[in-house]
Amino acid sequence: MTETRATRLALGLWTVLVLLFLFVPIAIIVVYAFNSSNIQSWPIAGWTTHWFGSAWRNQEIRDAFWLSIRAGLIATGIALLLGTLASFAVHRFRFFGREAISFIVVLPIALPGIITGMAFNSLFVFGGINFSLWTIVIGHATFCIVIVYNNVIARLRRTQTSLVEASMDLGADGLQTFRHVTLPVVSTALVAGGLLAFALSFDEVIVTTFTAGAQNTLPLWIFGSIRLGQHLPEVNVVVVAVIVLTLIPVIVAQRLTRDTGVLKRR
Amino acid sequence: MLAPPVVWLGVLYLAALVLLFVAAFWKVDSFTGDLQHVWNVDNFTHIFQSSTYRAIALRTIGIAAAVTITDALIALPFAYFMARIAGPRTRAMLFVAVMVPLWSSYLVRVYAWRLILAHDGALNWALHGIGLPSVSVSYSNWAMWIVFSYIWLPFMILPVYTAIERIPDSLLEASRDLGARGARTTRKVVLPLALPGVVAGSIFTFSLTLGDYITPKLVGGTGSQFIGNVVYDSVGVANNIPFAAAYATVPLVVMAAYLLLARRSGAFEAL
Repeated sequence: MTETRATRLALGLWTVLVLLFLFVPIAIIVVYAFNSSNIQSWPIAGWTTHWFGSAWRNQEIRDAFWLSIRAGLIATGIALLLGTLASFAVHRFRFFGREAISFIVVLPIALPGIITGMAFNSLFVFGGINFSLWTIVIGHATFCIVIVYNNVIARLRRTQTSLVEASMDLGADGLQTFRHVTLPVVSTALVAGGLLAFALSFDEVIVTTFTAGAQNTLPLWIFGSIRLGQHLPEVNVVVVAVIVLTLIPVIVAQRLTRDTGVLKRR
Repeated sequence: MLAPPVVWLGVLYLAALVLLFVAAFWKVDSFTGDLQHVWNVDNFTHIFQSSTYRAIALRTIGIAAAVTITDALIALPFAYFMARIAGPRTRAMLFVAVMVPLWSSYLVRVYAWRLILAHDGALNWALHGIGLPSVSVSYSNWAMWIVFSYIWLPFMILPVYTAIERIPDSLLEASRDLGARGARTTRKVVLPLALPGVVAGSIFTFSLTLGDYITPKLVGGTGSQFIGNVVYDSVGVANNIPFAAAYATVPLVVMAAYLLLARRSGAFEAL
């Protein structure tokens, strides 16, 4: 420790303030979901769970919710497949254009969201493709690939190559090694990548507005309602549901990717 | 093994990006609204000559820069505490505390601030509570600055933390042994070594702010249009994809220049 006591105290205080800054808005939005008045002022008028029921019965919300779930699941599936393939290829082989692959995988999240959205929008419009679930999926899968890719390649890099070599030395063929050594090693990274990809897809708005046409995903419904000032009590409830739904995968993924020493224990 | 991802990203996505830039050189017939495949640079001249579009571009870039600086200032002490003072348990807890907002819904967090900053929202309530007059920051550039700084803060904290954590203790001890006091060690040792982390974080805060249009729409005022809003309206309202594509090249060029600068500072090794 090279810091003085005063410095450490000041830094600790700063940290607490930043934590408050990060979490107070989230706490406030949760409280609003129980607001008994449909006027959004602070402090809330009283407590009720009435809006939960009214949001649950709202057909528009249900449709938007299912569209988001379907798009998220399909996009995650595609991202898992493509992200895993790309990470294995980049990790295992040295080939021409290897750097280009790792660059282009990151591109969809390194570029501002409107660019990816606009690019797909012009592709669909000029290509005469009607907006559908699939146009949403194409946009989402594109920026989800990097999430899976990053998770899997990080795991592969931490895995000793001696594990694979040992398996080969013991007479296992490529497929057996993959099934019994490589797959178990990357499995939690795959699950974590998939969960994060789903969480990202589930609440994405910027690319989605350009690829959804007239359809409403849940975030698009929220965005539209806020702008028009309609259904605000229901929006508050849906928003809390979205927080919970994206939080669960993130926390599970966090636990799965923690350095638990899995690789060393085996 | 490589074929599927290469086809998806290299063919589908790159084709879409290329098409976007080709479209920037087309135009839309102002009477019929039909797309004309006539090569021209009218969209770009229009953008450069119009003071409105210049002002919007400058506002977007200016706020992106302000947000980046704000986040760096907030993140540095926090990341230092996290990396060098907190014990392992506290550090793990802080790590989760940063990851949770990073991954939780962007739209929800913008909406939360819209409610907080509203005239009868939590901010003015708190100000009244301590006897201060109310402020009206909602629907202004100030609101956008606060909200963007809030939203992208975790993206700055994580790389800065990684950079500070890598500084060997011996360097700080050596600095002290050579007679440097806290402030001097911070300036001469910690900050230079944390800089690649700050630059890495700034890539996110800068790029994400540049490409946004939701936050200006939800918490910005009438004079808070961003590049993204013009692009969005050109597609959704005016149905003028060529113009939208041309304007979307502005953040792209800015980002490309920024990435080149960032690479010089060695930020990519810090990622």
